[in-house]
Amino acid sequence: MTVLMFTAVVFSIVWAAITGSLSPLNLVLGFLLGLLSLWFIRRDFRGSRTAFRPLRLLSLAVLFVKELALSAWRVAVLVARPRMDLKPGILAFPLTVDRDIEITLLANLITLTPGTLSVDVSEDRRFLYVHALDCSDPVGTKRDIAAGFERKILEALR
Amino acid sequence: MEILLALVVAAMLVSGGIFTFLAAVGVVRLPDVYTRMHAASKAGTVGSGLMLIAAGLYAGEFATLARAFAGFVFFILTAPVAAHLVAKAAHQAGYRLSRRTVCDEMRLPPKK
Repeated sequence: MTVLMFTAVVFSIVWAAITGSLSPLNLVLGFLLGLLSLWFIRRDFRGSRTAFRPLRLLSLAVLFVKELALSAWRVAVLVARPRMDLKPGILAFPLTVDRDIEITLLANLITLTPGTLSVDVSEDRRFLYVHALDCSDPVGTKRDIAAGFERKILEALR
Repeated sequence: MEILLALVVAAMLVSGGIFTFLAAVGVVRLPDVYTRMHAASKAGTVGSGLMLIAAGLYAGEFATLARAFAGFVFFILTAPVAAHLVAKAAHQAGYRLSRRTVCDEMRLPPKK
């Protein structure tokens, strides 16, 4: 219940940002709209107990912004070169995280970081298929993901 | 102070434009749909984000900046999902990886 309320408060702040008005009435409207939209997806909330650590989430966000900037830079440099140095391929990354929210978060973070893009999750949810621009060292790439984002997600949400 | 702001806005607009342009070049130059998604999702997100924030800063009022920032956040939330869906759909439709591909662990079921 507290998680639900907190999410609704965050939604109302987002609503205030989008509508560009911080008036109390607008915040209340945003809060109600947030509750309404959460009510639409109420089934997905069942049985998910998520720990909440703001500082760890912040550290995850900082890491993410850094990696995003780096990844855009690398793709831009790669594309601007006359001879593109490509060794693309698809990796099967063995997942340690197993809950929906964690897998979703990891897949999205992977897509926006240097040289990697999530393609699919295996049926049994044990592997995340990742397309990499530089697939010359599959073992090293998997180790980087496991030691980077996956560890941070586990720290922030468990 | 105004000049400083103008310089920052100009730098962000130009670099955002360059990133977006290179994303488009990447979509044309890269060999297959999967590698193209890399360019479209990453450079595209950062490019449009930079330009959005620059527009927000230039407006000089909180409401516009907040809206621009919210737009950027929604870009970050949706771009990877779109890229992931395009790649997944392409793979399910049997679209092959480019000939320069060095490994594909998805074709065979991975070992335990």
